[in-house]
Amino acid sequence: MFIKQLSVFIENREGRLEEVLDVLKQSDVNIVSLSLADTSDYGLLRLLVTKPEEGKKALVEKGFSAMITDVLGVKLGHRVGQLQELLEVICKSHINIEYMYALSTGTDDASIVIKTSELEKAAELLRETDVELISQEEIV
Amino acid sequence: MIWNETKECMSRDEMTVLQSARLVKTVDRVYHNVPFYRKKMQQLGIEPGDIRGIEDLPKLPFTTKSDLRDNYPFGLFAVPRSEIVRIHASSGTTGKATVVGYTRRDLEIWSECVARALSMAGVTRDDVIQVAYGYGLFTGGLGAHGGAEKLGAMVVPMSTGNTKKLTTMMKDFGVTAIACTPSYLLHIAETLEEAGDIPNIKLKAAVCGAEPWTENMRKQIEQKLHINAHDIYGLSEVMGPGVACDCPFHKGLHVYEDHFLPEIIDPETLVPVNPGETGELVFTTITKEGLPLLRYRTRDLTSIDYEPCECGRTLARISRFKGRSDDMLIIRGVNVFPSQIEAALLEMGETTPHYMMVVDRVNNLDTLEVQVEVEERFFSDEIKELEKLTKKIATVIQHAIGLAVKVKLVEPKTIERSMGKAVHVIDNRKLD
Repeated sequence: MFIKQLSVFIENREGRLEEVLDVLKQSDVNIVSLSLADTSDYGLLRLLVTKPEEGKKALVEKGFSAMITDVLGVKLGHRVGQLQELLEVICKSHINIEYMYALSTGTDDASIVIKTSELEKAAELLRETDVELISQEEIV
Repeated sequence: MIWNETKECMSRDEMTVLQSARLVKTVDRVYHNVPFYRKKMQQLGIEPGDIRGIEDLPKLPFTTKSDLRDNYPFGLFAVPRSEIVRIHASSGTTGKATVVGYTRRDLEIWSECVARALSMAGVTRDDVIQVAYGYGLFTGGLGAHGGAEKLGAMVVPMSTGNTKKLTTMMKDFGVTAIACTPSYLLHIAETLEEAGDIPNIKLKAAVCGAEPWTENMRKQIEQKLHINAHDIYGLSEVMGPGVACDCPFHKGLHVYEDHFLPEIIDPETLVPVNPGETGELVFTTITKEGLPLLRYRTRDLTSIDYEPCECGRTLARISRFKGRSDDMLIIRGVNVFPSQIEAALLEMGETTPHYMMVVDRVNNLDTLEVQVEVEERFFSDEIKELEKLTKKIATVIQHAIGLAVKVKLVEPKTIERSMGKAVHVIDNRKLD
């Protein structure tokens, strides 16, 4: 039901992002999607990868702070209002959205990655609707 | 102008006689009124009768900042509580403050010493002086204030924090003298410069202290503001600002030796150094009633010159400070020990994370950044949580040291590990 997201803390200075990507490349971990949140001092790189546990292990060995977080992947139809309808379901139950980014699945559908305050509850609410959740196995 | 010619220009022989008599009285008083000193002297096998003059000073026990902490808050006071009329406090090495107390007579002597310092800088009762040290538990504000009133000058008790108001009043009131930290005065000078206000002020003298500064900085202040700038020294344990100050010849700071007996020791062996050599400055207070201290180790490194000065004063002069024999930092006039930061960070978890203090001077104001490694136990994949962590660390540290800090989260293992004693401070301020 959930997808494992690999999150990495990187300082806001030149070369650090490239180094993270280099570590993943050396470990043969492929990146499916990513989002980078930045502040003046540091950034948070959130990645969906083919082998999250291996990726985390390799990064920690290289001295990075990395962690695995459960997130939801949701397939959306390419039509006006689809995302709004989905969020409406979540927000009506007073669940807060922590962050969200687009996911490329290589199909014609649009997809998003979403992290909410009560992830289990959010997943259940979404399952009651007509949207399709993406499983870990689909991240290849 | 010399405020107290009798004392400031005394011959060395007369001074020695005066100091000896006052030392004998002080030793007698602390032996009978302060259990801490009686015990220390008994351990060394000495009695008050063994101290006949200043030549016997090396027989006496030392006092350190940790002795003050161990006897927190009033354990070293030598008079009944009812005699104490004022308390000041500075931050200690670990959370607990160092508390000092003054009798009415102590405050009078303190004002006398500050009045001498202001006179050295040419300030008189006809002047208007802004005191821009912090008022409160810190000795700077009220200490300078008392001396300026004793002198009879018109005192403007500015305190710190509002530079705009300060410069406006400086112009409007025709302020002629100022007492503040040297870095703050440079900041004030730049503010005036930017506004094109230098020609509109009447400032002629400044008495600056509470933090180390260089001869270059002094010249910079003098040139920018067209004034004379003097270096005033003091520490709350001994009294506060006004233990020593430099005269117009700027060849060291004259110590008010009739109240504070200086010695220079080797910080390793604790033996007095040869005349003129550099070592740790040690003070014995010989007139203080509230908190008399025997051989208080200041941790400041300097040397003493007993030659009479061109200004006419015979008071011994200590040279510009050459550093400290401990790891204390002075940031915006506030004493900060790395151990305080460590204790604060310990409060947040079972172990101390790796950290580094970066001290800098931006626009002549000191800044403190504390870098903390984001270890697994702190890490979150939400910015919100990381910001919360940053704020929490900043608050905890601010409570511990009384200074606003910027906390910066850094990647694990990026703070340099050193072999042996860990290095926790990078001081980028140019003080040479």
